Amino acid sequence: MNPWPFVIAAYTVTLVGGAVLAIVSYLAMRKAEK
Amino acid sequence: MATLHAFANPARFLKVARPLTPILFWAGVALIVVGCWAGLTQTPPDYLQGETVRILYIHVPAAWLGMGGWSGIAISSIAFLVWRHPLAAVAARAIAMPGAVFAALCLVTGSIWGRPTWGTWWQWDGRLTSMLLLVFVYLGYMALARADAERGGDGRVPAIYGIAGSVLLPIIRYSVVWWNTLHQGPSIGLTSSTIDGAILWPLPIMLAGFTFVFAGIVLMRMRAMLATAKAEARMRRMARA
Repeated sequence: MNPWPFVIAAYTVTLVGGAVLAIVSYLAMRKAEK
Repeated sequence: MATLHAFANPARFLKVARPLTPILFWAGVALIVVGCWAGLTQTPPDYLQGETVRILYIHVPAAWLGMGGWSGIAISSIAFLVWRHPLAAVAARAIAMPGAVFAALCLVTGSIWGRPTWGTWWQWDGRLTSMLLLVFVYLGYMALARADAERGGDGRVPAIYGIAGSVLLPIIRYSVVWWNTLHQGPSIGLTSSTIDGAILWPLPIMLAGFTFVFAGIVLMRMRAMLATAKAEARMRRMARA
């Protein structure tokens, strides 16, 4: 079994999930502080 | 303790939080970039697991933040109940969403790691099941805190729930000792590790990076909540006038 698709999928899910959370939190902060 | 009390004042807190938010966030992003480069290109494959061992560098920080997030909620809840600092309740509410996201990411990355390593995506194993329970406990906390805020509650019920939920943390930590099922036993301790140093060294970089990003996100959410509360208080004053 080729391990790289699993490694890439795990990194992608984590980094995209973290990025979405950061963007949503940033936009909420900007909107509230405006 | 006097310093802690000084920062419980929202105005003083914001004075520190405003410059600290981008510093923590971008320092964390930089560390994660370095950690990903090191973890994906600079370490050897494991003799047994091969390349899939690289999932360690994101799975462990996600687990650390999922459990650390609830520790933060429990500590903030105690501070709120004992000293009645409203900022402690804001901190607990701000931690809930990022904590839930990282607890869920821990489960997803663990499942992706489990398929090539164990031959299965999921098993009702002690560690996996207790971590899944933590995600549900987070969701329950978020629903309770929102309902309490909407009904003008004093925040005591979510705080008690935050403290009660911390009973899950030792269960998750010792699940691999108490129930000998699929998940391996503890391999990383405070002073020692069963993982070879040649593989382990990027992990502290990733742990620091994820922790800084998490702290930056929590500060963003606290600032949003404080600004919203301030705007609502102003609207109430205007409505009374």
